[in-house]
Amino acid sequence: MLAALLVMTGIALVLGTALGYAAIYFKVEGNPLAAQIDALLPQTQCAQCGFPGCKPYAEAIASNGAEINLCTPGGDDCAHKLADLLGREFKPRGAPVEKLKTVALIDEQSCIGCTLCIQACPVDAIVGSAKQMHTVISRYCTGCELCLPPCPVNCITLEEEPRTPQNWRWKYPITGLKVVT
Amino acid sequence: MTSRLFQFRGGVKPDSHKTESSETPIVHVPTPSRLVVPLIQGSQGGARTIVTLGDKVLKGQCIGEAEGATGTAIHAPTSGTVTEIGRYPMAHPSGLASQAIVITPDGEERRIIHEPFDFPDTSRDELIFRIQASGIVGMGGAVFPSHIKAESEIKTLVINGAECEPWITCDDRLMRDRAADIITGASILGRLTGAQQILVGIEDNKPEAIASMMEAVRSVAPIAHEYENKITVVPVPTRYPTGGEKQLIRVLTGLEIPAGTHAAKSGVQCFNVATAHAVCRALLYGEAMTSRIVTVTGNVERPGNYEVPLGMLIADLLAFCGIRPGSNRVIMGGPMMGFVLPSLEAPITKGSNCLIATSPEFFPPPPPEQPCIRCGACAQACPSQLQPYELYWSSRAKNLDGAKRYHLFSCIECGCCAYVCPAHIPLIDYFRFAKSEIRARDEEQNAADRARERFEFRSFRLEREKAEKAARLAAKAAETRAKAAEATATTHAASGNEAENGKP
Repeated sequence: MLAALLVMTGIALVLGTALGYAAIYFKVEGNPLAAQIDALLPQTQCAQCGFPGCKPYAEAIASNGAEINLCTPGGDDCAHKLADLLGREFKPRGAPVEKLKTVALIDEQSCIGCTLCIQACPVDAIVGSAKQMHTVISRYCTGCELCLPPCPVNCITLEEEPRTPQNWRWKYPITGLKVVT
Repeated sequence: MTSRLFQFRGGVKPDSHKTESSETPIVHVPTPSRLVVPLIQGSQGGARTIVTLGDKVLKGQCIGEAEGATGTAIHAPTSGTVTEIGRYPMAHPSGLASQAIVITPDGEERRIIHEPFDFPDTSRDELIFRIQASGIVGMGGAVFPSHIKAESEIKTLVINGAECEPWITCDDRLMRDRAADIITGASILGRLTGAQQILVGIEDNKPEAIASMMEAVRSVAPIAHEYENKITVVPVPTRYPTGGEKQLIRVLTGLEIPAGTHAAKSGVQCFNVATAHAVCRALLYGEAMTSRIVTVTGNVERPGNYEVPLGMLIADLLAFCGIRPGSNRVIMGGPMMGFVLPSLEAPITKGSNCLIATSPEFFPPPPPEQPCIRCGACAQACPSQLQPYELYWSSRAKNLDGAKRYHLFSCIECGCCAYVCPAHIPLIDYFRFAKSEIRARDEEQNAADRARERFEFRSFRLEREKAEKAARLAAKAAETRAKAAEATATTHAASGNEAENGKP
């Protein structure tokens, strides 16, 4: 009787200590669900969802249960993926506007060097300093359009990314329709 | 030396159609009235313009410097004036335009003075730099920069003279007419890569080329003398695609190159015969790559092999060869792996090995595509030992991950599967589609990851700046307070002193 009690207490103590240590040493930083959601978002950082970027939106979905259909660049496709991940009901966003990837372009002649666009860029893709010409690093630009409103001289435009042999895609082979007589 | 030959699995035997163009010697094409030299010659890195409008250039003068590690230089194909730097269509299935330098020839063909070049006394690095600066790229069609391949260290060097694709005979003709330079170039590449032996693989449907190369090996002492008696010309059985890099290496050495790795990792490197020829011309004679041999065949009056200055417009070349009326399309490359040119205004580049003018008589339109009956003929023909039917179903359903699981990227797009398919399914079109979709998707994912990283760093930076500002303000406030306190203390002390001293 006593032996059994001792054994059970011993096991409980050992396991409890192990679990306690595991909770401390293997603690997960941040919210793992938010990271999973973040991976599905298009990372445009455009803030059209009402949150300041993709990660804040992901955190809002994970913790406050924000709607899953707020992402405009991701569209229905993204909402479907989020619904699958979270086991929630799919809500339509409306298909994403089918458009080519765009990048911002500063007309360097008109730029007055006010730095407002630099402050607005969510991915630090604009370089320049006060009263100096600014320019966009097109490789890093996500085409979020956040730099357009602050510009006092409207010298920023969005240009379609040029098609090069590197990013050109083969068409889906079209199967000819057979005429049945 | 006799050595055992190996076999690769699969392959097909299409009609070779070689004799149409192989029986006449190489013809020099007169310089046309305009040359368009694109800055990017292949899918790898390109060049940066170093000439401006109105510059007079000489034949062989560098007009574009190699840009980046994978870039290769470009040179003026003739003497003349730079009259335009603009966008011109490329010889690429997309028909997209790319930046090109337009030269109007002066007809004098004045060359730059070639610096004398002492091969035996030059260091390896210098030689490799010279290959890059001479603009040498793989001339079999893939246009991979040769200096990168020459940098690897290997045991066996394979020189590819198989030329397995039907209709094309430019390598055949080059081996017949200029075998000595090929052997010299091969021995130079051998020394650069430290190879112990050099194997030249030639398909046995080219007996004249084999004889000419064997004669050259016997009679020409290789400039890199350590390859005396170490260069072997090996006739290999004619079977498409023996000329594929992995297939030829398999046939000659028995090595199977693992999927997703380069041949150099297995101790072998493969160069085309035309590349070896270009290396010889560049390193021994100082001639940069300014022309190449192009097979023009099919529905033309004078089929044959032509030495064409780079930048000649395809339309001009076809006019010179007498394209017959009734030609409906022009294929660049062979009928198995080539593509239909979207525009004949594109220039000849370093990778343009063959032009085939087609007409409904030469190339009847393919019968209509029918449903796959799962016969498995494609899997038997596939030289990469893939299951093309699985790839087809995945690609057709746009199931990109499925296609990747079936090793889509091991597909060399040789076209054997489509050739044997009884349902006439254009399998390669599906594979090319799926490959470019996967590449685009991966690129999008990379861009998203970059954006995420940059956004997170920016958030961190803003937080840090806020904290720093707060700390600065706090420090300043503390300083002001301290100063104020000090000032009060001094005033107090002063008034105290006055009080102590008393009034007079």
